[in-house]
Amino acid sequence: MAKPMALSGNFAAAYATKQINPHVVAAYPITPQTLMMEKFSEYVANGEVDTELVCVESEHSAMSACIGAAAAGGRVITSTAANGLALMFEVVYIAASLRLPITMCVMNRALSGPINIHGDHSDSMGTRDSGWIQIFNENAQEVYDTMFQAVRIGEHKDVMLPVMVNFDGFITSHKFERVDTLDDAAVRDYVGTYTPEHSLLDTEDPVTYGPLDLFDYYFEHKRQQVDAMRNALPVAREVLTSYARETGQNEYDIIEAYHLDDADVAIVALSSTAGTAKFVVDRMRAEGKKVGLLKIRLFRPFPVEAVREALAGVKQVAVLDRSDSFGAYGGPVFAEVRNALYDAESRPGIVDYIYGLGGRDINAVDIEGVYNRMLSASGRMAGDVQYLGVRGD
Amino acid sequence: MNEKTWKEIPIGGLILDAGNAAEYHTGDWRTERPVHILDKCKHCMFCWICCPDSAVIVKDKKMVGIDYDYCKGCGICKDVCPFDAIEMTIEGTED
Amino acid sequence: MDLIEIRWHGRGGQGVVTASELFAEAAMQDGNYIQAFPEFGPERMGAPIKAFTRICPTPITIHSQVYTPNIVVVLDPTLLGSVDVTQGLGTDGILIVNTPKDAKEIATMLGYAGRLYTLDATKIALETIGRPVANTACAGALVKVSGLVSMDNMMAATKEKFREKLSEKAVLANIETIRKAYEEVSV
Repeated sequence: MAKPMALSGNFAAAYATKQINPHVVAAYPITPQTLMMEKFSEYVANGEVDTELVCVESEHSAMSACIGAAAAGGRVITSTAANGLALMFEVVYIAASLRLPITMCVMNRALSGPINIHGDHSDSMGTRDSGWIQIFNENAQEVYDTMFQAVRIGEHKDVMLPVMVNFDGFITSHKFERVDTLDDAAVRDYVGTYTPEHSLLDTEDPVTYGPLDLFDYYFEHKRQQVDAMRNALPVAREVLTSYARETGQNEYDIIEAYHLDDADVAIVALSSTAGTAKFVVDRMRAEGKKVGLLKIRLFRPFPVEAVREALAGVKQVAVLDRSDSFGAYGGPVFAEVRNALYDAESRPGIVDYIYGLGGRDINAVDIEGVYNRMLSASGRMAGDVQYLGVRGD
Repeated sequence: MNEKTWKEIPIGGLILDAGNAAEYHTGDWRTERPVHILDKCKHCMFCWICCPDSAVIVKDKKMVGIDYDYCKGCGICKDVCPFDAIEMTIEGTED
Repeated sequence: MDLIEIRWHGRGGQGVVTASELFAEAAMQDGNYIQAFPEFGPERMGAPIKAFTRICPTPITIHSQVYTPNIVVVLDPTLLGSVDVTQGLGTDGILIVNTPKDAKEIATMLGYAGRLYTLDATKIALETIGRPVANTACAGALVKVSGLVSMDNMMAATKEKFREKLSEKAVLANIETIRKAYEEVSV
């Protein structure tokens, strides 16, 4: 039976972590992630979890401790943001290549410099090639539910990859929202127990983790990671789409098509901005305008076919990117979506809007403007990369 | 041993069989070969202690020879021997 | 009821964010969806700050800041000269101000033609809590003026929210504050 609680994204993540009751949590504080770990450390201090909480001296150490604990057969959770993820970068790759299903919340925040503590997607996008599964979340409810889904996806025997649970720094991490929560027993049943095939602490069946791997086998191991990512797509889809049936919570999928069936124009967005876009779609639909939204929840592995199918009937697409990829042709989401549409039967026009860097607020008026520009365009808009909400265009 | 495909090897670079270094015969790296001269040997075990490859064979507390499957020919055993009971010869010149 | 957006004005340390959360949590007891969040930025004691509450019977999807509030609550009268508290507030909106002055005087001062209510929340807080913290008194006034939340749910939310942070005596004092403010604000 779901119980509504008023939780911020951070507290929703902490509460979910408490209910998962992982073997090990190792983390280092950084804004806007700190409150999740503060709250979780309260659960530890109160004896509400069995977790070994390792307070390390840096994010590099946090992920290193997580890797050790996961290799030893533990279920492991951590979290970080921005410069913390950047400092962790080296070991983020190692977690994925050792095939350790660690769950990590990233409260997406701008990278320095100049120094900024507010929300954008630069941090996670910087690790998009690291071999982690990445799920972007719209609100605190999604954060809560995704924590459990992440455990299931990452630990699936055909996947065995770490999972990043992304949500917008401050906008989602610090905003209190109604979150319908599961009871502890339901969570326990859902996530089950983690029984890895191998473990460093299994003295009956000793194994070696992390040996030198040169040109004789490194490439084969990378090829295995490719395969695991390919497997992760159907596994994630199965886990997400069966979640409502198994738990009674909301319906989920790897993407969310909102009024796309008969839409002439569509926005593609991640995380909280997709929510604000839904608000705008509702308003514009009431005025009879055929606008739609594609929210991408699973960014790695990127759901190429699902995105292509969802945008099949649309004439014009605008991608909203909350990070830039300097020197590239548009932001990271634009690159993926445009790539996915290359083989589409009828390719819609596609433009990119970089927005919201360093936490610059994006509001309903901004998004309505993007829709109206697409609706009033005389021809196909294509190849344009613009900056939405920056002074001086 | 470098011929398996990505489908045939453990994931994550894991090595599943413990102690499998024994399968790797490093003896063929050797260019000089230590020869044990039993007459001079006092079985002091200096060579056994110092050998970096555990290639000195000991039986019943006696030094009985060199394990040429693993000896890389570094010559440390010859250097530490107080009794000149080990001589280095060029690999391939012995009988 | 459609989406209701509330903006709270005050200064760092006056419990502005707590008030935004408390009212949201009371509204949630009726099965509403809610949001409560501060204007994100450095938190400095005494600096003018804003917080927001959104309430809706259906899930809330908008995640921007609040630009066109239905209701504005001002916890600190000294802000009136320096902060544009009626920004984005239509004449069909509601403005609640903590001040000993009467509503007409404030309406003239702000040039605001909508519904405006005043109460001396600081005085009430001094009498009940013994400290000039106007946040719960203002929330109590909002219960009455807005009709969005029942008094029972407000009491339940207050007990729940302060249970761990405050002593039982302080929780009761806050409940008394809310009740008094509810009675004193004239609708």
